[in-house]
Amino acid sequence: MQDASIQTNRLTDLANPTRFISLADRLVPWLGALAAVLLAIGLYMSFSAPEDYQQGMTVQIMFIHVPFAWLSMMCYSVIAISALGTLVWRHPLADVSAKAAAPIGAVFTILALATGSLWGKPMWGTWWVWDARLTSVFVLLLMYLGLMALHRAMDDPSKGARAAAIVALVGFINIPIIKFSVDWWNTLHQPASVFRVDGPTIHPTLLWPLMVMAIGFTVLFFFFHLMAMRTEIWRRRVGAMRRIAARRADA
Amino acid sequence: MQLVVENLGAERGGEPVFEGIGFELSEGEGLVVTGPNGAGKSTLLRVVAGLLPAMAGGAELRGSGLDHTGLSGACHYLGPLNAMKPALTVGENLAFWQAFLGDAGLSVSDALDRVDLGTIDHLPFAYLSTGQKRRVSIARLLVSRRPVWLLDEPTSGLDRGSQDRFAELLDDHLASGGIFVAATHIDLGLEQVGELVMKAGH
Amino acid sequence: MWALYRRELSNSHRTGGGALIGVLFFLAVVAVVPFGVGPDLNLLARIGPAILWIGALLASLLSLDRLFQADREDGSLDLLVLEQEQHWLAFTVFIKIVAHWTSHALPLVIAAPLLGVLLNMEPIGIAAVTATLLAGTPAIAFIGAVGAAVTTVLPRGGLLVSVLILPLVIPVLIFGVSAAYGAVQDPDPFLPPFLILLAITLFFAVIGPLAAAAALRQIGD
Repeated sequence: MQDASIQTNRLTDLANPTRFISLADRLVPWLGALAAVLLAIGLYMSFSAPEDYQQGMTVQIMFIHVPFAWLSMMCYSVIAISALGTLVWRHPLADVSAKAAAPIGAVFTILALATGSLWGKPMWGTWWVWDARLTSVFVLLLMYLGLMALHRAMDDPSKGARAAAIVALVGFINIPIIKFSVDWWNTLHQPASVFRVDGPTIHPTLLWPLMVMAIGFTVLFFFFHLMAMRTEIWRRRVGAMRRIAARRADA
Repeated sequence: MQLVVENLGAERGGEPVFEGIGFELSEGEGLVVTGPNGAGKSTLLRVVAGLLPAMAGGAELRGSGLDHTGLSGACHYLGPLNAMKPALTVGENLAFWQAFLGDAGLSVSDALDRVDLGTIDHLPFAYLSTGQKRRVSIARLLVSRRPVWLLDEPTSGLDRGSQDRFAELLDDHLASGGIFVAATHIDLGLEQVGELVMKAGH
Repeated sequence: MWALYRRELSNSHRTGGGALIGVLFFLAVVAVVPFGVGPDLNLLARIGPAILWIGALLASLLSLDRLFQADREDGSLDLLVLEQEQHWLAFTVFIKIVAHWTSHALPLVIAAPLLGVLLNMEPIGIAAVTATLLAGTPAIAFIGAVGAAVTTVLPRGGLLVSVLILPLVIPVLIFGVSAAYGAVQDPDPFLPPFLILLAITLFFAVIGPLAAAAALRQIGD
């Protein structure tokens, strides 16, 4: 009857994640609905926004590009905070959060790059320029992919989490240096001639749809994040049950 | 000086390995840990040394009178691996550990004499046989003075004669007021040491 | 600590190959570039600093994965970690990195002028590249140690170290190459990027060993 005691032991260990899952079960539908409503309103506002006299229809891409770019950065901050949670507070859900956030962040980063280059094609006449912002975001994508590769390479999830947490934090400390160096490099090689949207000068008729879209996508991110965390907890439980099953077969 | 282990529990890869282990050793006392493979003998030694975190309880050294703050600074850990660089000579390897671990005990050549390897300190470590490598590793315990020895399968690869020599070294260590905890399958032939039997599946 | 430095150096010297293979790799990378871009000496002279920097960067990343792995395989790593009370682990790691740099990256810096001649670079440019490599390669080693530490437990960590570390060493590359160009191209300055490069090296000299030591403590088994 040792196995039974192990199982109850593991269940008490998972008490916190269990409560998390029931919370997530209740939150996920609401978040999904909220994101859908916000994005629907945002999309409607975006398409009814006035066309830019210079850029025409392509300005509409901005309404999804800017939220993607914002999320690509916010998601890394979520990972960095989770990394602190893993290393400093040793919270059991922190590494689940960090692991779940990395692929979502990578996808938003890819979307930011893709929409950026769709936007850039008519502006710059080419799909890709080594503009300071694009390059920084590209480096950020590389960091996401590195973190995902590290998570996958570690067979022991808790060990992988702590390794990834350290790399994520070192990366987070480095982001300002990378940003600064890329800006330096960019001004050295090609003077800033490309089109830029500067926040404060944006026209209010464009700002409102942008805000709604940004909030909508942020809610969408947390919807995905909660679902991914739930899936990760389930995946770990399956792993634990398999190990118990293997031990029973031996006994 | 006392090595006190209380209600120690550990896990590996999220699975509990053992729990509720406790013992107390005073100066001149040794403990032999036995048990089948997978019972957690190595894990126990690594937790006591401080290489793995304890899930419950703890291990500490009381009244050592030394200026080490904790246990890991007062112990020698002899793991399953020899911790020697194959490309360096036996003498260089031991001299490095003597300098790094501090509190020099026997000189390198004296320590090698004690394990019957006095003549080969100029050979690269890679050239030695398995048993000779293990004996060099045992000599590391002598070049630098530490009151507590944590030994994980210390006699693996040693022949009968070398095992007896090693038992003498352990006796000397106890006689000089030392403490040891050894995980092993083999009867070390020591009298008056305690035994802790660990079972698989705790 | 001096004992540790000496042990690391004589070990990498005796196991041989390590440093030599790094230099050979550097040589090979630089040698294939003319085959790729054509033997135009003017073009090669113009992109020379960049080629030397990228070659040195790749060569120093490739040797990094063994930094802690070799010690883990022979059991030394346990003992180094255990001595935390006597020797602060971050400092032990720092010494190991410095020793690794001496044996693996310094030969690259020494080989750089020779390769610069092959690329038809001006003497002042060669001197500038060598100086920036001397100042910048320690930064690569310090930050690379973090990648080496987290991948210590992986059987094939080599590629992963490069993937994890390359984004982080982009600033080193940017300021190293900028300073090298600054020395030969007139309007660009040499000193500001060189000083920033030094600052980055000092910064990484602190956070690299700290993070690597934390990783070694966390993922030890």
